[in-house]
Amino acid sequence: MIAKTSPEIGGMGHSIKRKEDSRFIQGKGNYVDDVHLPGMVFGHMVRSPYAHARLKSINTEKAKELPGVLAVITGEDLAKANLAWMPTLFFDKQMVLATGKVLFQAQEVAFVVAQDQYTAADAAELVEVEYEELPVLVDPHKATDPGSPILREDREEKSNHIFHWEVGDKAATDKAFQSAPVKASLHAISQRCHPAPLETCGCVADFNRATEKLTVYLTSQAPHAHRTLFSLVGGIPEQNIRVVSPDIGGGFGNKVPIYPGYVCAVVASLTLGLPVKWIETRSENLQSTGFARDYHMTAEIAADQNGKVKALRVKTLADHGAFNAAAQPTKFPAGLFSMCTGSYDFAESFCEVDGVYTNKAPGGIAYRCSFRITEAAYLIERVVDILASQLKIDPAELRRRNFIQPDQFPYKTPLGWTYDSGNYEGALNKALEMVGYAQLRKEQEEKRKKGELMGIGISSFTEAVGAGPAHTFDIAGIKMFDSAEIRVHPTGKAICRMGTKSQGQGHETTYAQIVAQELGIPASDVIVEEGDTDTAPYGLGTYASRSTPTSGAATAMAARKIRDKAKKIAAHLLECSEEDLEWEPGKFFVKGAPSKSKSIQEIAFAAYTNIPAGLEAGLEAVNYYDPPNLTFPFGTYICVVDIDKGTGEIKVRRFVAVDDCGNVINPMIVQGQIHGGLTEGLAIAFMQLIDYDENGNVQGGSFMDYLIPTAVETPHWETGSTCTPSPHHPFGAKGVGESPNVGSPAAFVNAVVDALSHLGVKHIDMPITPWKVWNVLKEKGVVS
Amino acid sequence: MIPPSFEYLRPKTVPEAVAMLQQHGDEAKILSGGQSLIPMMKLRLARPGVLIDINRISGLSYVKEEGGYLKIGGLTREAEMESSPLVRSKYPILLDTAHVIADPQVRNMATVGGNLAHGDPANDHPATMVALGAQVIATGPKGERVIPIEDFFVSLFATALQHEEILTEIRIPVPAARSGGAYFKLERKVGDFATAAVAAQLTLDEKGVCQSVGIGLTNVGPTPVKARKAEEFLRGKKPDESNIAQAAQLAADESTPSPDLRGPVEYKKGLVKELTKRALTRALERSGRGLH
Amino acid sequence: MIGRNEMAKKQTVHLKINGQQREADVEPRLLLVHFIRDTLGLTGTHVGCDTSNCGACTVVFDGRTIKSCTMFAVQADGAELLTVEGLFQEGKLHPLQEGFKQEHGLQCGFCTPGMLMSTYALLQKNAQPTESDIRWGISGNLCRCTGYQNIVKAVQYAAGKMAQGGAR
Repeated sequence: MIAKTSPEIGGMGHSIKRKEDSRFIQGKGNYVDDVHLPGMVFGHMVRSPYAHARLKSINTEKAKELPGVLAVITGEDLAKANLAWMPTLFFDKQMVLATGKVLFQAQEVAFVVAQDQYTAADAAELVEVEYEELPVLVDPHKATDPGSPILREDREEKSNHIFHWEVGDKAATDKAFQSAPVKASLHAISQRCHPAPLETCGCVADFNRATEKLTVYLTSQAPHAHRTLFSLVGGIPEQNIRVVSPDIGGGFGNKVPIYPGYVCAVVASLTLGLPVKWIETRSENLQSTGFARDYHMTAEIAADQNGKVKALRVKTLADHGAFNAAAQPTKFPAGLFSMCTGSYDFAESFCEVDGVYTNKAPGGIAYRCSFRITEAAYLIERVVDILASQLKIDPAELRRRNFIQPDQFPYKTPLGWTYDSGNYEGALNKALEMVGYAQLRKEQEEKRKKGELMGIGISSFTEAVGAGPAHTFDIAGIKMFDSAEIRVHPTGKAICRMGTKSQGQGHETTYAQIVAQELGIPASDVIVEEGDTDTAPYGLGTYASRSTPTSGAATAMAARKIRDKAKKIAAHLLECSEEDLEWEPGKFFVKGAPSKSKSIQEIAFAAYTNIPAGLEAGLEAVNYYDPPNLTFPFGTYICVVDIDKGTGEIKVRRFVAVDDCGNVINPMIVQGQIHGGLTEGLAIAFMQLIDYDENGNVQGGSFMDYLIPTAVETPHWETGSTCTPSPHHPFGAKGVGESPNVGSPAAFVNAVVDALSHLGVKHIDMPITPWKVWNVLKEKGVVS
Repeated sequence: MIPPSFEYLRPKTVPEAVAMLQQHGDEAKILSGGQSLIPMMKLRLARPGVLIDINRISGLSYVKEEGGYLKIGGLTREAEMESSPLVRSKYPILLDTAHVIADPQVRNMATVGGNLAHGDPANDHPATMVALGAQVIATGPKGERVIPIEDFFVSLFATALQHEEILTEIRIPVPAARSGGAYFKLERKVGDFATAAVAAQLTLDEKGVCQSVGIGLTNVGPTPVKARKAEEFLRGKKPDESNIAQAAQLAADESTPSPDLRGPVEYKKGLVKELTKRALTRALERSGRGLH
Repeated sequence: MIGRNEMAKKQTVHLKINGQQREADVEPRLLLVHFIRDTLGLTGTHVGCDTSNCGACTVVFDGRTIKSCTMFAVQADGAELLTVEGLFQEGKLHPLQEGFKQEHGLQCGFCTPGMLMSTYALLQKNAQPTESDIRWGISGNLCRCTGYQNIVKAVQYAAGKMAQGGAR
C-alpha cells in the first residue's frame, strides 16, 4: 500500500504539472543544435548514392580549396588512427567512413569541416568520389542464396548470414503440434520503419587543447555508456571525456547507437582543437540512422477444438542491413522477441531467428520496441485472432480462455521469462466495457447486412521492461543496473541525479515525485538532473521503458537510506530511541505522541548543524539498483474502424486503451505517453515504411514520403487503467512508455482484418494503406 | 537543406520584373510563394542563379468579379482564397481546392498563380481551373496575353508561359445560374499531394439537363487531365446516378497515372472513378442550391 | 558562376522581431530560420526536417504563420516577426503557454514553439475554435510525443482564459 501524500507534497499518484515545461514553453530549451561555443565550426557528411559499390577514389582537393573549409576527412585518414571502423553495440563493426566499398545508400564516405554550415554544404558537393557499382542485395530471403553477392568482405566467414538463435524445447513443441487437432498459422511482416524523433541526431564535440578535456554535447539516450565507448574506441582517457546530453527532442531508440557523424566530429575536434558541430538533416536521419523492425515472421499455434492453446512455434528472418548495429543486451541477438508467447498459457514453445545482412542502413532495435517485443506482441496478437477466426470463436472469448491467470504468477514461460504479476482478464473486461463491445458486435452484424464495412480489433498484450538483472542483461558488457544520487540541503530542499536520460518522459517531475513520496519533501523542492556524465552517477540510460523500473527503484532505495539516517537524527533531536519513532511522509513522530515530531526539513537542517555523535554530517545517499527481474506491464486495446468501400480509406472511429503498469507516479504523464505511443502505432499500422527498390535506392527517405500523422489523422484516444503492482519493485511500479507501441499495431490490424473477414480476408501486412484495402475489395468484388 | 548561392532581386512593378527576366535569361526564376521552389532549391534540385522576388509588387493580389469573370490576381495567397467572402459564398469549388493545398502555413505563402505556373500536375488548382474553363493572363515584354487553360499545361513542369512572362491573373467565366462545382482529393495525410483528385463543374438548364460540364483530374498524368470523353458523355444528359457512374468510368479511362508510393495504376484509376462520382454528385447538389 | 559555390553579395535585412528592430548583412540564400537561430541567437525556433513538412520552424510573419525554413531572410526585410520568445509579454506567460503546461501539451518540447505560434495565429483568427478547427489549425505542425490530444486541450484552455480575461 502506497501512503497517500498531500497535493502540496505531490508524491505518487498526483498529476502534478511538469517542472521542465517552463523552459520549453518559452523557447528556452537547450537542445544540441542550440549549443554555441566560441570558435565553433561545422561538419557535413558526404554520403554514397549507391547501395553497393567499390570505392575507387576520393578526391578532396577542390573541397579543401573552398574558402572557409578547414578539413576533409576520409576513411583513409581515419584508418591511420585505426578509426575507419568502430564496434557496433552487438558484436559487429561498422565503417565510420567508407574504405574499400560502400554497403548502403547514404552510407558515410567523407566528412567536411568548415567555418559555417553553408560553406560545409557547398564543399561537400565538391568532394569527388568515384564508385564502381556492385550487384545489390535487398531481399533478405535471398541473402543466403548461392547467387547473392557477399556483402561483408571484412568478416572471416564469407556469408550474409549473421546469426542463428533459438530458444525453447523444439522436440516437445513439435510433439505437441503432431498431436494437436487444431493448427493456425500466420506469416506476417513487421515492416522496416524509423522512429523519426522530431529532433534529429547530432553533437558538438569540443576538445580543449589546454585542458586535454573532450566535452561532447550529444543527442544521447545513454550518455555514460557513450562516454565509456568513446574512451575505449577512441583511446581517450575516460576521465577526460565529458558527455552532456542536454535537452533531447525525442529519442524513441534512435539516439542509443553511436553514429559515424559523432566519431567524425570528435576526430575533427581533436585534430583542429576547435568545437565541431554536426547536426544531421532529416533525410540523413531517415536514411542512415537506426531503423526499426524488418522482421519476417511465421507463427504457428497448436490448439484443441475449444481454442485452448498448447504450443507456439515461431520462425523469423531478421534483416539487419549492412552492419548489425542493433542496440540490445548481449545475450539476446533477437532482443526480447522470445516474449512472443504473450499473455497466454502455452505449455510448449520454440522460437528461432536468423539474422542476415542486406544493402540497407544498419540497425534494428528502435522505435519504442522494448527490444523487439513490438514484433513479438504483434505476431502473437495477430495469430491468436487467426485461431479465433478459424474456430469461429469470438476473439475476446478466445483470449479469455487462454490468459495466464492471476494465481499463476510469478509465471515462467516456456521460452524462459518469469512474469512478475498480471491480471489480463481484468484489463480485457475493462476495455470491453469502455468500448461497449457487445453493442458494437450487434452494429457490425447490421452493417454487414447492408454491405457496410466495420471492424473491431483487440490486442491483449504483455510486455517486459526495466532491463535488467545483472545475471542476464548487459549492453556491450556493461551491466544494466541504474542509479540515483540524492542530496538534501540544510533548508530541506534536494538535488538528485540519475543515470537515465529523459527525452520527453518527464523525469524532472516524476523522479521528484518519488523523492516526495519517500521523504515527504515537496516535489517542487526537488531538482532532478540527468545527462551530464561528470555529475550524474553511472547509468545505462533511458530506452526500453527502463527508467522507472531501474533508476526509479534506485531513487526509492537511495531515499530510504536517507530516511534511515534521518530516523537516527530524529531520534537524536527528539531524545528518544529509533524504535519509538513512526514515519509519515514528511516527518518522524513519537509513537502515541504525534505532536512530538520532527519534519524532514528540521532533520535536514540538523544534519548540518546538530549532528549526532558517530554520524557523518550531511544527508545524502547513492544507490545502484540491480533489479531482481524485469517488470511486466500489460493491457488490452480495442480499436473500431470503418472502411470506405470506394477509396479503401480506413477511419479509426474509436480506440480504447486500458493499461496496467502497476503503481503510477504521475497519471497525467502516463496518459501522455499512451497518447503518443498510440499515435506512433497508428502510423506504423497504416502509414509508415522505409523500403528499397531493386537497386537499393531508399523509398520514403524524407518526410515527404515517410509519413508522420498530423492532428487530423490522429483519432481521439480513450484511456483507462487497472493496477497490478510489481511484487519486486520498491514501489510496485512497472515501466509503461512502450506499451502503446507494443500493443497497438495488432489492435489496428486486427480491426481492419475483422472488417473484411466475412469476405474471407485473413491478413494484410502493414502498413495497411488505402490502396492495399482497395485491392482486397476489388479482388473480393466489393469496391463500390 | 542548404540551397546554393544566388543573386536576389526585388522588383517593385511588373514591368521591372519582366525586364529582369529578360536581362538574366535562363539563370532567372520568379520567386512568388516559394513553397515549391525553395524546397527544391534546398535539395539542390533547382539552382537558379537569380531569384526575382515579386512578393512586394502591389496590385497583384485580389479576388473580384468584373466584366463577367471572376478575376484572381496571380499573387493571391491560398489563405486569402480560403477567407475571401466571394469565394466562400459563390465558388465552393475554389474553396474546396484551396483548403486541401498543403497545410495552413504553406497556404499563407503559396499563391494561386504559382500553383499554376509551376506546371506540376500534382498541384491542385490546375485541375480545378481546367474544370472551370479558366484563362491565364500572362504579362511579358509585349504586354498581356490570354492563354486558355486548355493550352496552358504543356508537359511535366512545362507551361505555355514564355520565359519573360509572369502569370499576373486568372480569369474564370462567372458560371450561369444552376451551376455547381466541387473538388475531391484523396491524400495519404494532410499536406501530401493527391493520390488522385477530381474537380467537377457543371451547369444545368431548367429541365435539369447538363448544359456544360468540366472535369479536371489531378496527379494522374504528366499534366492535369481534362476528361473530355466524360464531359462529352454528360453534356445533354441528366446527371442522374447512372450517367454520373458512366461519366466517372470514362474519366478513369482517360487518366494516365503512374505507379508510385501512393499506389499502383489500377488503384489510382479506381480512385478517379470514385472521386469523379463524388465530385459530380456534390456539384449537382450545389447547382440546386443556386451556388456557382 | 553564381548558383554554384561562391558567396553572393550580402544584403542588409532590417526587420522587427518580437518588438525589437534588428538588422544584419546576409547572403541572399540564408534561410530565415537560420537567420533567427544563428544570426539573431533566438534558438526557440527549431529545425525538424529538410522538406518543409514538419512545422517546427513556424513563426508569425506580418501577422500570419509561415515556415521559416521555407523563406529567405532577405524576403523578411521590412517585416514584423513574432517568435516563441516574444509570447512572454509584460511579465506574463501567454494563456497558450499556460495552457500547454496545465494540460500537458508537451513532452520533449521540440515541436512546442512551432505549435505555440500556429495556435497563437489560430486563436487570433478564431477565438472559439472547435476541436476540429484546432486539429486543422495545427495540421502543419508534427508532434511525435503527445498524439496531439493534450495540445487540443491546451488550446481550449487558452481560448477559455482569453475569453474571460480579454484577448491578447
